[in-house]
Amino acid sequence: MKDESIKKVLLLGSGALKIGEAGEFDYSGSQALKALREEGVSTVLINPNIATVQTSEGVADQIYYLPVQPYFVERVIQKEKPDGILLAFGGQTALNCGVELDRLGILEKYNVKVLGTPVSAIMNTEDRELFVQQLDEIDIKTIKSEACEKIEDARKAAAELGYPVIIRAAYALGGLGSGFADNEEELNKLCEKAFAFSPQVLVEKSLKGWKEIEYEVVRDQYDNCITVCNMENFDPLGIHTGESIVIAPSQTLTNSEYHKLRKLAIKIVRHIGIVGECNVQYAFDPKSEDYRVIEVNARLSRSSALASKATGYPLAFVAAKLGMGYGLFELKNSVTKTTSAFFEPALDYVVCKIPRWDLSKFRGVDKELGSSMKSVGEVMAIGRNFEEAIQKGLRMIGQGMHGFVENKELEIANIDAALREPTDKRIFVISKAMHKGYTIDQIHELTKIDHWFLHKLKHIIDIDEELKRHNINTLGKDLLRTAKVYGFTDFQIARAVGLEAETANMHKAMLLVRQLRKGYGILPVVKQIDTLAAEYPAQTNYLYVTYAGVNSDITFSNDRKSVIVLGSGAYRIGSSVEFDWCGVQALETIRKQGYRSIMINYNPETVSTDYDMCDRLYFDELTFERVMDIIDMETPHGVIVSTGGQIPNNLAVHLDAQNVNILGTKAKDIDNAEDRAKFSAMLNEIGVNQPEWRALTSMDDIAEFVDRVGFPVLVRPSYVLSGAAMNVCSNPDELERFLKLAANVSEDHPVVVSKFIENAKEIEMDAVARDGEIMAYAISEHIEFAGVHSGDATIQFPPQKLYVETVRRVKRISRQIAKALHINGPFNIQFMARDNDILVIECNLRASRSFPFVSKVLKLNLIDLATKVMLNIPVEKPNKNLFDLDYVGIKASQFSFNRLQKADPVLGVDMSSTGEVGCLGDDTSTALLKSMLSVGHRIPEKNILLSTGGAKQKAEMLDAAKMLKAHGYNIFATGGTSKFLEENGIANTLVYWPSDEGKQPQALDLLHDKKIDMVVNIPKDLSPRELTNGYKIRRASIDLNVPLLTNSRLASAFITAFCNVKLDDIDIKAWGEY
Amino acid sequence: MRDVTLVLSDGTKFRGKSFGYDAPVAGEVVFNTAMMGYPESLTDPSYAGQMLVMTFPLVGNYGVPPFTIEKNQIPSFMESDKIYASALIVSDYTEDYSHWNAVESLAAWLKREHIPGITGIDTRELTKVLRAHGVMMGQIIFDDEPNNIPEANYEGVNFVDKVSTKEIIRYNEGAGKRVVLVDCGVKANILRELVDRKIEIIRVPWNYDYTSLEYDGLFLANGPGDPDMCNDAVEIIRKQMSQSTKPICGICMGNQLLAKAAGAKIYKLKYGHRGHNQPVRMVGTNKCYVTSQNHGYAVDGGTLGKDWEELFVNMNDGSNEGIRHKENPWFSSQFHPEASSGPVDTEFMFDKFVETLK
Repeated sequence: MKDESIKKVLLLGSGALKIGEAGEFDYSGSQALKALREEGVSTVLINPNIATVQTSEGVADQIYYLPVQPYFVERVIQKEKPDGILLAFGGQTALNCGVELDRLGILEKYNVKVLGTPVSAIMNTEDRELFVQQLDEIDIKTIKSEACEKIEDARKAAAELGYPVIIRAAYALGGLGSGFADNEEELNKLCEKAFAFSPQVLVEKSLKGWKEIEYEVVRDQYDNCITVCNMENFDPLGIHTGESIVIAPSQTLTNSEYHKLRKLAIKIVRHIGIVGECNVQYAFDPKSEDYRVIEVNARLSRSSALASKATGYPLAFVAAKLGMGYGLFELKNSVTKTTSAFFEPALDYVVCKIPRWDLSKFRGVDKELGSSMKSVGEVMAIGRNFEEAIQKGLRMIGQGMHGFVENKELEIANIDAALREPTDKRIFVISKAMHKGYTIDQIHELTKIDHWFLHKLKHIIDIDEELKRHNINTLGKDLLRTAKVYGFTDFQIARAVGLEAETANMHKAMLLVRQLRKGYGILPVVKQIDTLAAEYPAQTNYLYVTYAGVNSDITFSNDRKSVIVLGSGAYRIGSSVEFDWCGVQALETIRKQGYRSIMINYNPETVSTDYDMCDRLYFDELTFERVMDIIDMETPHGVIVSTGGQIPNNLAVHLDAQNVNILGTKAKDIDNAEDRAKFSAMLNEIGVNQPEWRALTSMDDIAEFVDRVGFPVLVRPSYVLSGAAMNVCSNPDELERFLKLAANVSEDHPVVVSKFIENAKEIEMDAVARDGEIMAYAISEHIEFAGVHSGDATIQFPPQKLYVETVRRVKRISRQIAKALHINGPFNIQFMARDNDILVIECNLRASRSFPFVSKVLKLNLIDLATKVMLNIPVEKPNKNLFDLDYVGIKASQFSFNRLQKADPVLGVDMSSTGEVGCLGDDTSTALLKSMLSVGHRIPEKNILLSTGGAKQKAEMLDAAKMLKAHGYNIFATGGTSKFLEENGIANTLVYWPSDEGKQPQALDLLHDKKIDMVVNIPKDLSPRELTNGYKIRRASIDLNVPLLTNSRLASAFITAFCNVKLDDIDIKAWGEY
Repeated sequence: MRDVTLVLSDGTKFRGKSFGYDAPVAGEVVFNTAMMGYPESLTDPSYAGQMLVMTFPLVGNYGVPPFTIEKNQIPSFMESDKIYASALIVSDYTEDYSHWNAVESLAAWLKREHIPGITGIDTRELTKVLRAHGVMMGQIIFDDEPNNIPEANYEGVNFVDKVSTKEIIRYNEGAGKRVVLVDCGVKANILRELVDRKIEIIRVPWNYDYTSLEYDGLFLANGPGDPDMCNDAVEIIRKQMSQSTKPICGICMGNQLLAKAAGAKIYKLKYGHRGHNQPVRMVGTNKCYVTSQNHGYAVDGGTLGKDWEELFVNMNDGSNEGIRHKENPWFSSQFHPEASSGPVDTEFMFDKFVETLK
């Protein structure tokens, strides 16, 4: 029964997206808020992640863009006086915060009831010792683990357990600060890092090679339990589950094994006293029924989001209702709407989750996968067989792969080593090894991946080999169908039968196969995800496309009253939750305007793939082929390609060539903006400047160009996503080295080199135009100078320090460009300004990353407006002016360098942040402080280490250093900085670089001894960094969890903010109160 | 693999390939939504006369365990002495199995036991057809043997008589309390559950009159087909109930026979309940259980005699899932507390039964 005393509930979000805690919590939180709203409960949300759907209008009643930290939460509780609080929907961040609030007595003080799993139960799962004790009580085996609070104890424990051992930090998300140690030396290193994050380190016996199995369990207050889904890792134990390819349901477990683990999971959940949702992870012996419980997460998790999408069972929604006091039997299955929510979904398909890594974005990063998470996103593929699912999935991760086979040849020096030591490429190494004749037993020996998975992969190889024996004329219907059933695309087939060489154009080759296939009547069908394997009729709109079927579950009305929105695919660096927000807004507007909305997307972490966000959800690929299949069947009014980032944008031209009605800006104009040469010609025509650039066709041409403009230069390919393969080169050597890499990136488009302008301001224009006329716009300003990727930069909106003349010119140029490109919909232009000299860097005829941020600060939904424009609905120019705002929004970036071992935590033209926050304040400093605290910075206690780079940066930092001194901070500084400060009369303590061996005090020692509260380390130039002094200090700051700033302008701004604004002076205002 | 066609009695056809024993076959086509447990299901005597469709597409993954028999005469891993289903229909058969306890592939086993198996079928579409129409008779025909059409009947056949033991078998002799188990097609795990609870079992043929035997309780086992074909068994139950209040427990067919003895009527469900995810609620409580089920007929709860009441109901369609006598220790479940395959949440039914034997 519903607890009627709960009228107002506070929900803690998870903050910025980071490795280990990403979009899945936007999905969980949004569902929970939806569930509460349905109950008529008033909701308050704290989440600084402004790009999320949950922080949008109409999801929660009050939204606070504030750090999810006890201090701020207490102040919100004081103000809002909620009756209850939900801790399980904001990942580890919310859970930790909740445990802390409880420990500090804040919840009791304000009489706030924890809904769902009680804090004591959470503690029993989080504290390893308590956890093992709890499971011992019910005779359930855990991994023998010693909780150690000192490094000596860890050494002793490891010696007793016997190496190899695994080290884990307690209370840490996504396996942060954990790893395997084969000997004491490795153990020492790992422990030091782990202790930096957590007061407790766990030493465990390693069970490498065991299967890893998870169960998602739901329990209500009446002790009714169900397991909604189980999942099996393709990669055996040893690789973090977030780094593993995962398949649901489990495929290699017998009935007895499946139900043994299921029974144990329920026993655990009952004993611990979970109310809501919980995840149980097992290690399972591949040679007996022996098991160990790895861990229990007493909250919604990445796995639960995946399980929800994999089964159609809305775990977060149900968990929120159970938190309100309901029993499972009182709730309905939200898919069938007639049967009970107390049941376990029966799948009639398999799903395959594949992580998305972006390791190539980081210099020096360790690419080997292990017990700590590095992936930045994931995809989920649905198929009626494993081969289909995994091939879809490998395409979805969006790293240029076409499936398991027919990819660009990987260069692997030592296949055995590459199989033994897993990296982000291992699945493709398996493909290569199989093609080279490695047997399944050999590969199993090296990888410990279950034979079952390897046999299935080998099946794909066999089909591929069969295809290769044919050409397009001898390719028969049966083989073609077999290939399609097992997940081959027309592209793969075209390449396998040698059409690439024949046509010299893969797109044409693919179209030939498509034509042949259609001629044979080999067409895909659409199946529903209905939670009950077709046992009961379901009006579900949750769909996938497959060739392993004879009939579609749905019918198509062909009335041209539907609109397809293409989603943004896997979250990756440069494209994440902000595009999900854009997609969701577009869907809502489409619905409101009387069209049926159709979403195509495959990212299980998103809200756009929640089946109640649209009229039809195709959880499927965003390849040209699949999108065309769906368009052929749905015959929509049109397709929106401009709200999903670069993936749909890149499809525009090919879709247009098939006469697809692309809503909004025409494909030809999109191409004119994307193609640098065409874009430049257009700018020249309308008299707009851009940094001088040239297309590279030979080294001689480029040498001549660089001679003229001078170093540094910026080098990049023409179709760009978040600066992939983009680099600044400061000398001829670097240039040559980089071009050799980048020239391989895209053969259809030339690589371009442009003059890189230093110390310029960067300005963003986000806008919506109709027939080339701007309807609404937002101009924002980077705090950092150009050279920091716009996705990493700290952005202030409205701009605080731009000349009026600059703004006027930016507007004028934007108007000209909008007109010239006949823009009809959302667009973004990036500008550089030095004095009032304005240059255009790039222009995207689609929504940009900053659309949710500026829309929410401005309180004008630019996507809603853009969608109306694209649907050709009359709109008035909104009466909103950014210069009328009497508050400031600051968007700050979240970095996940702590996860990326060895990566240099420095910012450059290539994007490296994994997420962002946006906070509002009555002035710049307050907004900045909120934002910086939200992304993990702390107001330092007393000691600050400065290494402020070159002369110019040193000068820039001088005022900030003075301010620090004036506010009583102790400054420690390395050689040059110390001298410079001394000369300017700022007392400081000289510390030595790591290379000054033997001299004291050493900067690294101070860091290791926890004497430093904040590090400002500004690199001298933009060249690639070796393992230098600066790198060592930056890396140590990250590894030891000391806040690090590497940009002088941001560091100055932050120092100014915390010196001038006291925490207690920070305004606690909901979004609606600004 | 030879090309085959599955033809349903309404004329619907599905094309596939034969991976099991190459012979045409006919039977009642039923679907099961379980995602694992094919060795248990195939050897479940309740599937006699039926062609089993697995809605989960991947079948054969972990091969087949050895067909060993324990010292107590109960098979180690299987649910009876052989495969009872007349055919297996799947979407994507896996020949290359992987499991430490497997000794052969599913195909090898089917061939050995002369059971046809077909793959490449759109089992979701097939399930939808069966759901819309209700279960149907079907035939598997080999495309290269067009004149070899098999025939079969399901309705009106006493399958219980076909699968029940012909002689009395005793298990765990002298172990403790003695239970007569009426074998309508008993699954081995019912025997295991009782043996594990130190019960001596006297397994008797379905129509055996056990009323004069010496025993502490009666267990009515599961079995295939239409309970209305088993009136002999019902009469004997009635006789027993008129003689004493000894505990009675039943499962599946056992529930239906007990209900008939209690005066209730039985009806055929449109397409039955077969799977591992059927939710049931204990009447009058907030206790809910996920259960394993395999039945095509159900008790009409409204027709129970006045001394009886419903014990469990299905939370999806409200159908009866168990009954009990208001005074005597007589109770039964339509679902399978012995699971195997399926969830084991309702094992307590055996505990309850054993408790009442005192």
